[in-house]
Amino acid sequence: MNVQEKLAVLADAAKYDASCASSGSKKTRQGSQIGSTEGMGICHSYTPDGRCVSLLKILLTNYCIYDCQYCVNRVSSDTPRARFTVDEVVSLTMEFYKRNYIEGLFLSSGIIQNSDYTMEQMIAVAKRLRTEQHYGGYIHLKTIPNASQDLIDQAGQWADRLSVNIELPTDNDLYRLAPEKKKPQIVATMGGIRERIDEAKEDEKSGLKARRFAPAGQSTQMIVGATETPDVDVLKTASDLYSGQKLRRVYYSAYSPIPHADARLPGQSPPLMREHRLYQADWLMRFYGFKADEIVAEKDRNLSLDLDPKLAWALANRQFFPVDVNRATYEELLRIPGIGVRNVKRILSIRKHRQLRSADLRKLRVAWNRTKAFVLTADHNPSVHDLDRLDLKSKVTIKNEQLMLFDAAGSAISGEV
Amino acid sequence: MDQFVSVETFEQWRDEARKLLAAEVPPSGVHFATHDDQPTLFGSDEPEPADDKSVEATDRSSTVRVPKSFLETARIVTCHRSPVRWELLYRTLWRLTHGEPSLLAIATDDDVHELHRMNKAVTRDVHKMKAFVRFRRVASADEETYVAWHRPDHRIVRLAAPFFARRFKVMNWSIFTPWESVVWDQESLRYGDGVPASAVTDDDSLESLWKTYYASIFNPARVKVAMMKREMPVRHWKTLPEASIIEDLLHEAPQRVSEMIERNEGFADTATKFMPSQIDLPSLKTAADCCKACDLHQFASQMVFGEGPPDAKIVLVGEQPGDHEDIEGKPFVGPAGVLLNQALVRAGIRRDEVYVTNVVKHFKFTERGKRRLHKKPDSREIFACRPWLEAELAAIKPQTVVCLGATPAQALFGRDFRITKSRGVMRATDWCERTIATWHPAAILRMPDETRRGQMLLNLVEDLAAANA
Repeated sequence: MNVQEKLAVLADAAKYDASCASSGSKKTRQGSQIGSTEGMGICHSYTPDGRCVSLLKILLTNYCIYDCQYCVNRVSSDTPRARFTVDEVVSLTMEFYKRNYIEGLFLSSGIIQNSDYTMEQMIAVAKRLRTEQHYGGYIHLKTIPNASQDLIDQAGQWADRLSVNIELPTDNDLYRLAPEKKKPQIVATMGGIRERIDEAKEDEKSGLKARRFAPAGQSTQMIVGATETPDVDVLKTASDLYSGQKLRRVYYSAYSPIPHADARLPGQSPPLMREHRLYQADWLMRFYGFKADEIVAEKDRNLSLDLDPKLAWALANRQFFPVDVNRATYEELLRIPGIGVRNVKRILSIRKHRQLRSADLRKLRVAWNRTKAFVLTADHNPSVHDLDRLDLKSKVTIKNEQLMLFDAAGSAISGEV
Repeated sequence: MDQFVSVETFEQWRDEARKLLAAEVPPSGVHFATHDDQPTLFGSDEPEPADDKSVEATDRSSTVRVPKSFLETARIVTCHRSPVRWELLYRTLWRLTHGEPSLLAIATDDDVHELHRMNKAVTRDVHKMKAFVRFRRVASADEETYVAWHRPDHRIVRLAAPFFARRFKVMNWSIFTPWESVVWDQESLRYGDGVPASAVTDDDSLESLWKTYYASIFNPARVKVAMMKREMPVRHWKTLPEASIIEDLLHEAPQRVSEMIERNEGFADTATKFMPSQIDLPSLKTAADCCKACDLHQFASQMVFGEGPPDAKIVLVGEQPGDHEDIEGKPFVGPAGVLLNQALVRAGIRRDEVYVTNVVKHFKFTERGKRRLHKKPDSREIFACRPWLEAELAAIKPQTVVCLGATPAQALFGRDFRITKSRGVMRATDWCERTIATWHPAAILRMPDETRRGQMLLNLVEDLAAANA
């Protein structure tokens, strides 16, 4: 198999990992000759699935001894197998990087032999890039659960970001679909990474010359829709990981049909709208001060698919409204549907100097259709009288609901909106 | 009387604006002009470094005070190609210095709003330039350089170039745009005139590798073309090698997805589906006779269930029944069974006191002439059959489980278990506090080296004795 054929197999095998972030490392490594990290990541391309191509996202090998049912690379799959050499990955990364195709490397791997052996191979790639190629670009290493702490230490030394996939929201889901993976082991590996990140930060704070350790932090991914687990449990798991393991991001990946699907877990169209709602809810938890069980109010413990979660919360908690944009606190403003963090800050800044009227909000490009029934402004805002109407939901959703469903479902390829 | 001022760069505008402000010329009395669309008369009319310093000096002595953020915004907005930018900037400057010092905080003000919009457009354009420049390698005998042609929306080469210098420090590269160009020689940036796209046409063999990557990383099950076009506007596609295959990818996508959904592999069910409500050994055995979770039942003579007392203290687990077992319907009755019996005797264990079973309950084989050769069960068959073993262990609750060979050991200890490394080590598993793995008797029989064979047999006896301890 030549490199091109291997690349086709091993990129195809890697694409179900949603993470492609290349941000978070603020300073380029000292002594770098090619490559930089300056905080914000760059998306160098976009594929027709609307996802960005920022990193060269590949597996070192898709041979795997595990049998996770949702995974195309499980041991029982008939998928074609390939394995890159360390040299091949180093060279691909450098050649792509020099042409400005990519922001860096995201290396993952099937488990070969055992966790430690696999991890050693991945570390060898990162180390060679740093020490022999003087490469200063982004590196994200997928950490194998159960890899020894010594290997995690090494991985963090060369990588910008480490991640361990939680895979599925609950213990029981893992037991059913990924019997070789255990949540406590996964979380323990995350804990090992978190400790080192914390140590590096402490050292830096106290003025010591800290050894670099995964400066862009750690993230994880959860597959959604492969089991019946409701959104509230998905979000609680995410919330625990954010607070307990200080993760930068939890990625949600709608269970997608895969080639060589396992008969135990038949193919289906990916629940893209659900995935979208989970990301919205995730943002509400991280930046808007919402709690997981507060966001999911539906009886079936899932997020509403036809309303964004903030709007759904507002409709269910109308006693909280109307909020006066000229008087409310930061936290209160954040709860208004259609107004984001940036606009909340703008509102606070503007109202020091002048009162905000409805037209001002529209100029700030808040989603006025969603916002109007929930706010008091300096002028007359007639829509606020709709707040107590039973059909408020239809009044604030009509237009954008159709757009979003259509966009996210992507049911028709030519059907642009 | 109206004044007409000609400016090209941020520095020129700043100097002019300062003079106008000193002369108290109101915004309505000044018109700025620029020669954007014509080549500048002085190819590189860079302000000299010394010049820059003197400007700063005047800055300090000047009485004009404006927020630093305004100058930062102005430096960016001057790169916008809108003809109104100079006047908008001067008007904002005027208002800032004439009674509205907090103007910039009011995002809803028309001028501020427009400044923000232009700032955003230019910043986004710079970001897209950093993203979409595609270098092509041009190699000669002793040197390699990287060349790119890119069409930004605004005049942003000077804003973006330092980024490329930091990132590609030890490369020689040039970036050409229709209006400006920049060259990096690993020491300094040199700016020059624009160049038409036709001037840079070299192909780079690596582009086919890049396209392979792009095609493979695309997931046809999640088509979102509008999103792609929003972030990667079609006007940039001409200079992106990967964009040439987008149409094909989209064309094939629906077919690929329906195939993925229709086709699957392996067995949908496991033995759980055939499990009786009563979990005792006789009920389990009767139910297992009807198990069709995997395909092996179609070829084997019969199901071979475990055998032994229901209160056995030790359970021995093998891989699967062999030729003899398949015919007799009992586990470990062939040559391997004979050897196992000998080992049990040497370990001081009576065979009728232990429960003997297998991970897979049907014989798997390939036919070679008249002989049926044992074939290792695959992970699908093991997964499908395993609930029977789990039910046997749950019914018996043995003190010790002995895995004979790698297959049962990997089923209970995990798939990364290596019999050569961890044989004879007693460990806890989900099924039994005391679980140990040892050689399969058949592996000993197959060992060609006599000394080694003797040693393995000794290991087996020791491990069985340990299990009995």
